[in-house]
Amino acid sequence: MIDFGSVDLAPLRERLAARAAEEELLDVAYRVIDSPVGRLLLAATPAGLVRIAFEREDFDVVLDDLARRVGPRVLRGTDRLDDVERELAEYFAGQRRAFDLPLDTRLSTGFRRAVQAHLPSIPYGHTESYTEVATATGSPRAVRAVGTACATNPLPVVVPCHRVLRSDGSLGGYLGGLEAKRTLLELERRAA
Amino acid sequence: MGTMTETSTPRAGTAVRGSFDAVVEQHGATVLRVCRVIVGPHDADDAWSETFLAALRAWPTLPPDANVEAWLVTIAHRKAIDIVRARRTVPLEHAREPVSAHGVPGDGFELWARVAALPEKQRLAVAYHHVAGLPYREVAALLGGTPEAARRAASDGIAALRTRLTLEES
Repeated sequence: MIDFGSVDLAPLRERLAARAAEEELLDVAYRVIDSPVGRLLLAATPAGLVRIAFEREDFDVVLDDLARRVGPRVLRGTDRLDDVERELAEYFAGQRRAFDLPLDTRLSTGFRRAVQAHLPSIPYGHTESYTEVATATGSPRAVRAVGTACATNPLPVVVPCHRVLRSDGSLGGYLGGLEAKRTLLELERRAA
Repeated sequence: MGTMTETSTPRAGTAVRGSFDAVVEQHGATVLRVCRVIVGPHDADDAWSETFLAALRAWPTLPPDANVEAWLVTIAHRKAIDIVRARRTVPLEHAREPVSAHGVPGDGFELWARVAALPEKQRLAVAYHHVAGLPYREVAALLGGTPEAARRAASDGIAALRTRLTLEES
């Protein structure tokens, strides 16, 4: 076969994503970053940050889910995520206690959404129990549902579900794995 | 938003389509090579960008049983032909050299000169059959004419490229 040249698509993909964003054709822009809790996928709609995923969730599965639930025009690239990446870097460096980012919360509805809306009011470096969160959201008996709401948080780290523990102080669960939860709590304890 | 369930189903009337990024990942390189053969390495990036932007626009409504690669090649065919025609209308003194090795490191200038020298039908047939891997039936649909004519054009084109290259290498 005749060789029609090597291909480096990266710059072309960047340009495509930028033009797609300009022409309002981009449902979801994403990028993947390194962090102390492993690689993270960040995804944003024009309205704001819509998803943060841990590598163990399988990025291909996450992107496919976003395509179906948000829109199939998904591309890597664009500057849409610059602020998110910067604030996360500051957070992981212990230099940021709260996030100031537009969030697109369309992936959560009902009670889960209410629980996730409460989580940012748990102060940096502090924790609440699942029971306390249930009480705070007006459904004191819905402790298990709070657990589910934390486990399905589409915006971990930024919406701090890692600050919710069992009443006995044990870790409970975490979408990113218990090691990641421990890392985040330790980071906040040291910086607080 | 505001629905009772959290499992999301696509809105009625929209095709169920996965992430477009996976399409770029899977077919981007092949489409770029197709563009290089049709318009030369200089304009291939523009042809590629126009192709994928148009594809992105149409992606949500592409029928689920469509052959994605053939669909992309069809769009690339239209975009590349536009570029070739626009180039023909540029006044001669401003016309760019049709072929250049710029931007494609490691590739011989000679190959692109040979590709550019092919009759258009042969060049397109080589691009769609030998680079994109489309069957002659689909190549013929793009070029007009019969599958047999498409097969001849592709095989004459590739033979011309091979002979000349071999002669130059020996």
